[in-house]
Amino acid sequence: MYKLSACCSMTCGISFQPKMVLPSLRVQKQGNGHCTNVPRNVNLEKLQNNYLFPEISKRELNHLDKYPNARVISLGIGDTTEPIPQKISLSMANALRKAIAETFYKDVVIKDTEVFVSDGSQCDISRLQLLLGSKVTIAVQDPSFPAYIDSSVIIGQAGDYQDKTGKYQNIEYMLCGPENNFFPDLATTPRTDIIFFCSPNNPTGHAATRTQLKQLVRFARDNGSIIIFDSAYAAYITDDSPKSIFEIPGAKEVAIEISSFSKFAGFTGVRLGWTVVPEELLFSSGFPVINDFNRIVCTCFNGASNIAQAGGLACLSSEGFQAIHSVIDYYKENAKILVETFASLGLKVYGGVNAPYVWVHFPGSNSWSVFTEILEKTHIITVPGSGFGPAGAEYIRISAFGHRERIIEASRRLENLFSKREALFNFVE
Amino acid sequence: MPLMSDLSTSMISSSSSAFLAPISFNSRAQTVSVPVKSINIVKCVATPQEQQTAYKTNVSRNANIAKLQAGYLFPEVARRRAAHLLKYPNAQVISLGIGDTTEPIPEVITSAMAKRSRALSTLEGYSGYGAEQGEKALRAALASTFYRKLGIEDDDIFVSDGAKCDISRLQVVFGSNVSMAVQDPSYPAYVDSSVIMGQTGQFQKDVEKYANIEYMRCTPENGFFPDLSTVARTDIIFFCSPNNPTGAAATREQLIRLVQFAKDNGSIIVYDSAYALYMLDDNPRSIFEIPGAKEVAIETSSFSKYAGFTGVRLGWTVVPKQLLFSDGFPVAKDFNRIVCTCFNGASNIAQAGGLACLSPEGLEAMQEVIGFYKENTNIIVDTFNSLGFKVYGGKNAPYVWVHFPGQNSWDVFSEILEKTHIVTTPGSGFGPGGEGFIRVSAFGHRENVLEACRRFKQLYN
Repeated sequence: MYKLSACCSMTCGISFQPKMVLPSLRVQKQGNGHCTNVPRNVNLEKLQNNYLFPEISKRELNHLDKYPNARVISLGIGDTTEPIPQKISLSMANALRKAIAETFYKDVVIKDTEVFVSDGSQCDISRLQLLLGSKVTIAVQDPSFPAYIDSSVIIGQAGDYQDKTGKYQNIEYMLCGPENNFFPDLATTPRTDIIFFCSPNNPTGHAATRTQLKQLVRFARDNGSIIIFDSAYAAYITDDSPKSIFEIPGAKEVAIEISSFSKFAGFTGVRLGWTVVPEELLFSSGFPVINDFNRIVCTCFNGASNIAQAGGLACLSSEGFQAIHSVIDYYKENAKILVETFASLGLKVYGGVNAPYVWVHFPGSNSWSVFTEILEKTHIITVPGSGFGPAGAEYIRISAFGHRERIIEASRRLENLFSKREALFNFVE
Repeated sequence: MPLMSDLSTSMISSSSSAFLAPISFNSRAQTVSVPVKSINIVKCVATPQEQQTAYKTNVSRNANIAKLQAGYLFPEVARRRAAHLLKYPNAQVISLGIGDTTEPIPEVITSAMAKRSRALSTLEGYSGYGAEQGEKALRAALASTFYRKLGIEDDDIFVSDGAKCDISRLQVVFGSNVSMAVQDPSYPAYVDSSVIMGQTGQFQKDVEKYANIEYMRCTPENGFFPDLSTVARTDIIFFCSPNNPTGAAATREQLIRLVQFAKDNGSIIVYDSAYALYMLDDNPRSIFEIPGAKEVAIETSSFSKYAGFTGVRLGWTVVPKQLLFSDGFPVAKDFNRIVCTCFNGASNIAQAGGLACLSPEGLEAMQEVIGFYKENTNIIVDTFNSLGFKVYGGKNAPYVWVHFPGQNSWDVFSEILEKTHIVTTPGSGFGPGGEGFIRVSAFGHRENVLEACRRFKQLYN
């Protein structure tokens, strides 16, 4: 007899509430029930818990169950909220590859044939993992967008999860914190085949400087590694930080760049993104990476929705581009408000300038506890930093997507909470 | 549409380095076959100067992808078509090759998509990330349309951007340590995704098969249903009915045997029902019509060939709660994890279209489109019959499987293309069991199909 219990064995060091098995999956294997003889994929067994954001959603739902009348404000999952400018949605729709190349890579001469349109970065990350296979090693920033690590575990590149460290074996975690300007100390970073690097960064909001990226490219070149550069938030850059890795000389021989219309154009539901694989990027045998990526794209994928692509093209028209930037400015203004709120409370705040994420430090805290406290007391959804890696353990990520009045309301509630509890909430310096 | 201003070609290329001359090489130049295990044999290939000094990373190429023999089948066919057009720029090429739909999407469906699109520009109508498993209403509509009374519930259904993508996601779920069986011939994505995933050995040129895949021969002799008594046990069995490319539809009796076979062996069937609505005969349209199937099968399907959504991208996969791995862990749970981590949902606009497809008006409209393609199929079948060919399929599927005994199917493909400017698909592209056959797909404007048949008659009379 085998019964799936509601509390599956949780071995991760993060203090979660016990994982609830969704009611519909509470299957009881009867004595005469059939089990196939197909072994479960051991890589999936390694995964510690659900993908981070559905876990947050689940908590939101549980919270709503508990407080049906609460006016919950979600600054958790980085989901866009503002409508797509009308010019774009009215547009009817190859052009797109060319338009992407010419809009974003005009000065660095990326060809349209090096641009692969997709249904979004989350999917591209996994397709890149399929491309690379199980035998490569990866490095990620710590903290980082969870899909890099999770996809790595799934494809079989990672070893077991270690409770003690909160890390998977065989993955190199490159610490990024205030103490090192959110850029890893490459001198102490061992070589890996692949380096995932996101800038502007989710979740810290840090945009790497030109100097930092030059270092990164040199590091990759010296080690014969491939950088997978996630530039999904490039449009949020305020200063003159590079918007593309290919602004760095030599990057074409060491880097792939992924990006997305999600946070750029509010296409989180429409599903559109792209990946750039330069022709110059070669495997150790001299075989062009682009050939294999093309094979993956042709075999494991069938293109982004033609309608989404038509929308994408409209985004890159001069009128569309302008309209989109108004929306981006709107979110950036939200971020500014949130930064000011937390700063005024005496908290250490990072990000929010070049990215729609605010990264708030609660020294000595457990981020899931802070997440829970904020949720309980203010009905605001955030994301606990440890969801992004062990280095996020004392941080909370606040995303700046939301209607202006909700952002202002959220700020009010947060001010209320933290100033009221300043004596008890000893995270404030 | 005004694009960004002209590229300045005098800009310093960011790829310039002390070692490189500016490169403009054809990225296809490297598709020379190099022996994977070269024992003291160095194959000399003349390489252009640039490539010899080109910077190489120190990342090894994925050995699994290196096993793949050629490009994916349909881009290969497309390449030949393009080459043909270069040769004959004025040729009126008719494409009955890749199974791509041609008729416009019914108005009731596109207006729903337009409506959803416009709504995205309003505060009330805007939606961001959707549930990765699909919008509730669509899942419910799929359940009630296709699986009513079969005990499949809304949450057993995962909406996707198409069956091809789902196949690879299922492979990611299964991992590299499972074995699989495919029909021979079969839709190439099953085999290719298996190779990419690392489930197979090397391609064996003498038999045209990858090691470690069980190829279940389907021929006219066995009624296009494998002799299960001779099939070795594998973990996974891919089965497509109505079949691409043969057009064969498995009977209830055959599927009962298949389910029993899977049950006896503790295997999982991945049942591809993308052409179910083309079924004319009284054969099962879903594997779940067979008792016991929920414990042994996953079903994948698509709006592509029903609604002309080949470009819009929408499909679904059913993973029943009752389907368990050997340790009792529900397969659906792992599939959900993959869907949440490696995917982010089908486009909301496509899903709005899907919902409209499943309205009474939409279903009616889809049946009309399907009926149109079925009429095309009849015309093609009649043509080849009248020319004295042995013709298979074409009754329950939009594919006609024509036998050219003793001939190499790529040769026949080339000859047809050269002499009639018609693109078909060579049977061997679907596996060694397809050798000696040509697949003619029935998607096309009526006049093109009629014209193609005229040309076939001319060629073969």
